[in-house]
Amino acid sequence: MQLNSNVPPGPLAEKWQKHRFEMKLVNPANKRKYKILVVGTGLAGASAAASLAELGYQVETFCFQDSPRRAHSIAAQGGINAAKNYQNDGDSVFRLFYDTIKGGDFRAREANVYRLAEVSVNIIDQCVAQGVPFSREYGGQLENRSFGGAQVSRTFYCRGQTGQQLLLGAYSALCRQISLGNVKSHPRTEMLDLVVVGGRARGIVVRDLVTGQVSSYVGDAVLLATGGYSPVYFLSTNAKGCNVTATYRAFKRGACFANPCYTQIHPTCIPVTGDYQSKLTLMSESLRNDGRIWVPKTPGDKRSPDQIPESERDYYLERRYPSFGNLAPRDIASRAAKMVCDEGRGVGPGGRGVYLDFSDAIRRRGEKYIRDKYGNLFDMYAHITHEDPYKTPMRIYPALHYTMGGLWVDYNLMSNIPGLFVLGEANFSDHGANRLGASALMQGLADGYFVVPYTLGNFLAGCAPGGVSETAPEFKQAEQEVSDRLKKLLAIKGNRSATWFHRELGKVMWDDCGMARSEKSLKKALARIPELREQFWREAGVPGNGQGLSPALEEAGRVADFLEFAELLCIDALHRNESCGGHFREEYQTPDGEAQRNDAEFSYVAAWQYQGQDKPPALHKEPLVWETVHPSIRSYK
Amino acid sequence: MKFTLHVWRQSGPNARGEMKQYEATGVNPDMSFLEMLDVVNQELIARGEEPIAFDHDCREGICGSCGIVINGVPHGPRRRLANGKIEAKTTCQTYMRDFTDGQHLWLEPWRAGAFPVIKDLVVDRSAFDRIMQAGGYISANTGGAPDGNAILIPKRDQEKAMDAAQCIGCGACVAACKNASAMLFVAAKVSHLGILPQGQPERAQRVVRMVEQMDKEGFGNCTNYMECEAACPKEISRQFIARMNRDYLWAQTQDLETTSSGGAG
Repeated sequence: MQLNSNVPPGPLAEKWQKHRFEMKLVNPANKRKYKILVVGTGLAGASAAASLAELGYQVETFCFQDSPRRAHSIAAQGGINAAKNYQNDGDSVFRLFYDTIKGGDFRAREANVYRLAEVSVNIIDQCVAQGVPFSREYGGQLENRSFGGAQVSRTFYCRGQTGQQLLLGAYSALCRQISLGNVKSHPRTEMLDLVVVGGRARGIVVRDLVTGQVSSYVGDAVLLATGGYSPVYFLSTNAKGCNVTATYRAFKRGACFANPCYTQIHPTCIPVTGDYQSKLTLMSESLRNDGRIWVPKTPGDKRSPDQIPESERDYYLERRYPSFGNLAPRDIASRAAKMVCDEGRGVGPGGRGVYLDFSDAIRRRGEKYIRDKYGNLFDMYAHITHEDPYKTPMRIYPALHYTMGGLWVDYNLMSNIPGLFVLGEANFSDHGANRLGASALMQGLADGYFVVPYTLGNFLAGCAPGGVSETAPEFKQAEQEVSDRLKKLLAIKGNRSATWFHRELGKVMWDDCGMARSEKSLKKALARIPELREQFWREAGVPGNGQGLSPALEEAGRVADFLEFAELLCIDALHRNESCGGHFREEYQTPDGEAQRNDAEFSYVAAWQYQGQDKPPALHKEPLVWETVHPSIRSYK
Repeated sequence: MKFTLHVWRQSGPNARGEMKQYEATGVNPDMSFLEMLDVVNQELIARGEEPIAFDHDCREGICGSCGIVINGVPHGPRRRLANGKIEAKTTCQTYMRDFTDGQHLWLEPWRAGAFPVIKDLVVDRSAFDRIMQAGGYISANTGGAPDGNAILIPKRDQEKAMDAAQCIGCGACVAACKNASAMLFVAAKVSHLGILPQGQPERAQRVVRMVEQMDKEGFGNCTNYMECEAACPKEISRQFIARMNRDYLWAQTQDLETTSSGGAG
């Protein structure tokens, strides 16, 4: 199979403008004849659903949460980037584009990233119009702050709850369309399969989580905006419900999964404290604007932080990366933390932690300034650790946070299955091998508000509406397969919870495919995962009969998918014989421990296609074409 | 640590519920309340029993999914902090170290006619979504918005709007109120949009429609007990209720009819 990125010809800066003009339109009177199914109601899903409904399409949305407003985008703290250059500090669309491409270690598609930077400015305007209360200066103008991997201040924010406010904005637009009758919302409804009819995505099979009933929905297109797969590592900063099921089911129906090994490990999370732990909590990257990261210079130094004099502290990011300092990109800051802890200089119980210290900033600007800027984050830290971060430095350690890989899409955000579009974190397209801070919110909203409303129309203009119903054999068969699998889960009748398997899988993934990977560790993981999967189908216990609300059954289904998907992730990591961004292979590093890319052999997108049960997936390569940027050594020194 | 749990178990929306007793042993003081329930549930699963159903997702106090009444208090008893303030938190931000070893804990769902129980500790809060659909938005289609700095917003207004906008829609305010009133939730949204200049064109009809929907859903009225404010994990101020009442009264004086003359062709 040949993967065609469908990037339009012409100069980089003109591609999107030109493409927008050349794309076909659907007549306003005909739009209402098309039914669009949107799965996931985070930033990408809610913004797409609302915008498409405004255009006149019939939209139905699905989410497993009890309300669209609770999708995990809500938890994003720090901010959203936009190339407004309000600060007059040298920002531009091109600079945001270049920072993002470089931040992604030259593994993203140029044209997609340029378009992202281009529409970033419209996102801010749209959100302001909806009433998103972005932080303001005293003069009433929008305020900005800095984030990692950039030397300009281009991040817009709402205290430490930017994701919440942006999602509530998109959700309110969605609410308006629901009240107008243009969108039908299905909360507590989980997609369990994709239905492909005649080579085209035509619907989904869902389970109503309240009644337990399995049914199908037919559409003229299916949009997946179902987020990433961080919880394949069990412990991550993601919400407990986040899962790979929708995208993995689409993969099993033929959609290519691209770059699954590109996972982001965020440097500033609260360290793990015990075996019972169910999740990790992120401390926003914005804290690195005012906090300084350090460890003791001597390994094994057990003194409390206030007893360690300045001369015996190692501000290792400032030392190693003088020009970016504490604002080095996430992958680099995470690896640096791992390195100092591996040297025995980590702090806190277990020695897996580094200090994030605000005492300088508090001395310089006063406690009130810090409280105004980060109050809710400090409170959150105090809740969890029972320590006062205004008095003692925070202890932080890297944790899984975001996944850059996802379903393969072309420039139009359509997967290799016609009619299946993939948006936001669920696709692979914009962040390459590492995502910069404040770029996830930007991408989710760019895809939903400003890209898919155009590209979907272009696709629909080429196909007549309707023509398929849920009585088609493909729907009946998919429903049957979903029901059979649920029955199979209920029939295992073992006595280990799905959580137990999930936790075991997480350990394998973190130890052998985490911040550092090697051929040896990956082969070990690839041997262990099938054993664990087999044990799951023998020993897992799912009480109940599948009728009514059954959180244990929901969880078991998601864990079963993670147990298959984990293998795909490791296969991809093993095949990529280079280090880039979040993918760090121990065999491929420079003498000073930096990631060593291999552009000659690996400057491509690795898109994997399902070949059947127990068969290795097929690899398709989409070469990355560099028309404007020349990949260089990514230095933040 | 160990605890004796008394948990509301109800197998479905129309089933009769009852309090059932469970023992939680080997509890680490640094466990979160939900992690303690995870451990209890794993033991139930190992015995082939149905685990306790409860809503949860982000487990960091922002998604608004979780909500258990613990010992009579929505989201659980609140500590007094070192600075003298009473802590504001969600169920997922409650830690076992805040209870006494051997304590009995009573776990109940939100109790309100407008929040019917689905199962065990899980309730149906879709009434909140319907209130939002009634008017909790600014009508601004995608595209064509003016530059973000075209409308200057004084910092104090933006901060006040943000204070209201922080609401996570968990419903603790309703659970805490003896009238099961949703005034604090509705007031937060009405105020967030009503304070901002972008929200002015629809201000009158927004407050009227949202209040009407709130009444239709069966929520009670406010009798100024302020329990809602005390229970709110985001410290939404009761002053927003006063603000909403003022807006609602003012809206009665406005012409809310919209007439459309149609296209002149």
